[in-house]
Amino acid sequence: MPAKTDHMATGHAAAVEALRDVPQVPGAPKPDPVVIADHVSRQFGGLKAVDVAHVEIQRGAITALIGPNGAGKTTLFNLLTGFDKPDTGTWTFNDKSVAGTAPHRLARMGMVRTFQLTKALSRMSVIDNMLLGAHGQSGERVLNALVPFTWRGQERANRERAMVLLERFNLHEKIDDFAGSLSGGQRKLLEMARALMVGPEIVMLDEPMAGVNPALTQSLLGHIKNIREEGTTVLFVEHDMDMVHDISDWVIVMAQGQVIAEGPPDAVMKNPQVIEAYLGSRHGSALTDDGTSLTADSQGGNA
Amino acid sequence: MDFVQIFSLTITQAVGVTALIYLFAAIGLNVQFGYTGLLNFGQVAFVAAGAYAVGVIVLTFDLGLWLAVVVGVVVSTLLALLLGIPTLRLRADYLAIVTIAASELLRLLVRSIAFKDVFGGAQGLNGKLGQEFHDLNPLPADFTLPVLTWSRQDLWVVIVGWSLALLFTLLVWGLVRSPWGRVVKGIREDEDAVVSLGKNVFVYKMQALIIGGGIAAFGGILWAVAKQSVQPDTFQPDFTFFVYTILLLGGAARVFGPIAGTIIFWFLLAGFGELLSSLINNGYIEFLTPTDVGSIRFMLMGLGLMLLMIFRPQGIFGDRRELALDAR
Repeated sequence: MPAKTDHMATGHAAAVEALRDVPQVPGAPKPDPVVIADHVSRQFGGLKAVDVAHVEIQRGAITALIGPNGAGKTTLFNLLTGFDKPDTGTWTFNDKSVAGTAPHRLARMGMVRTFQLTKALSRMSVIDNMLLGAHGQSGERVLNALVPFTWRGQERANRERAMVLLERFNLHEKIDDFAGSLSGGQRKLLEMARALMVGPEIVMLDEPMAGVNPALTQSLLGHIKNIREEGTTVLFVEHDMDMVHDISDWVIVMAQGQVIAEGPPDAVMKNPQVIEAYLGSRHGSALTDDGTSLTADSQGGNA
Repeated sequence: MDFVQIFSLTITQAVGVTALIYLFAAIGLNVQFGYTGLLNFGQVAFVAAGAYAVGVIVLTFDLGLWLAVVVGVVVSTLLALLLGIPTLRLRADYLAIVTIAASELLRLLVRSIAFKDVFGGAQGLNGKLGQEFHDLNPLPADFTLPVLTWSRQDLWVVIVGWSLALLFTLLVWGLVRSPWGRVVKGIREDEDAVVSLGKNVFVYKMQALIIGGGIAAFGGILWAVAKQSVQPDTFQPDFTFFVYTILLLGGAARVFGPIAGTIIFWFLLAGFGELLSSLINNGYIEFLTPTDVGSIRFMLMGLGLMLLMIFRPQGIFGDRRELALDAR
């Protein structure tokens, strides 16, 4: 089950309260960070895809990672979750250094991700997709596999847990369907439910709303909020500003591999650097003529 | 035209010794490719490992068949580790390239002059292989079957071979319906997704490669014991491709797929051959000679396979619904 923090309260109000006094600068220190990354960089040929000096993710909050295409959001996701190796950098998860840790180990430790292109395991049933997320099933060891009575009990317990999650995500009538036969939106839901089946402390959702129709978007947003209300940290990548505004407690903005701004959604969206990153460097330059100096400031702001 | 004889010869081959060798390789490949999605194009190397273990241990070192069986399994495991450690962390196609190269490398190694003392060079190892096995034959000395034309010795091999094949099928059935099987099927569908759920994908792929290779090695052991001969040039890459054909014919990732595939493949191949020979010998076909039969039956086989892929792409036991999901 999702690990509960020893906070007095969880959820939106607590997250907002905790983040109230955090300075709104890139790399701002958080009162209770679950992930802290330092000097993480990744180069693809001549392009520095990610070059993050310092970033912290607050526990129990929904943090949005936004930025224009090619800002390095997904690459940062891949690095933090161990799916890609950085050129430089260290990062901690629950105060433990996890740089260089294999991705499956990170998942077992409680850092679970989803993918931009939904990875439903098509030719497996919905319930098998879910059961794959369960931890410590002894029948997954090859020798135990042939002795069913050693894992049947675990299997039953996992199944019950999976059913609760599937009911919550409204997939309980599809348990025996192939995951590949679900609609795009249902697959997104399944991927999210499957990630929760791992019992994560932080879920990292890579564009959970991409390609989902507006009606389902609302229900996805509801699910993401629920995940936080249960005390699980959420970090998600998204393009749509309205959605980010609707659900996030804190927003981190990336552009050209770097963190250029941080803050609560309202403040971030008014930030001229963010507007510039999204609309291009010439935007507003006739009025203020400081379009270039702003990017330089952002680097100075990294503590 | 003696149709009883044609039928008898065909059946004898469809479930006979050679078919069994392919069946073991196909059961193993089903674990690797069918369930885990490993593109192993060097399955023949595992068969060769089993066959040569018997040849070398029994003939070269004179240490007896039962030790040879153990050595065969050990060698196939080592081969799987050797192939898997560098490639299983990489994308699927690397394994395909490395395995096909390794299988050829292995064949050229055992037929080389340098190791002629051990592996017997291009002639291979011929002699009393598997005497211990044939000594155990409980069939009476004058035993004959109606219709079917196996010798007493071959029948003993066929009985034990099919028992073992059913045992391995049962093993695969047990494995793939377990949580272990769920993980390897997940790997076949999407490796990264399974990693993101906390499974050590590398270990599972290695286990599948070892199990599949070990089962194939028993095909090689059977080969050596049944034919009393191990020859390097029988272990060509086309063996692996016939095994793939068999697997797809029966239906990949189906427990009984390899059995159905093997019987159909050999029934058709042998049936075409016997029928054609008979037609030529009886003067019904004059523009062909009996020596053409060998290649023409493969052409007909190819035609049959094309028709199967067009009208039943999922194989005999496959589920068309599953196949349709791939396209999405």
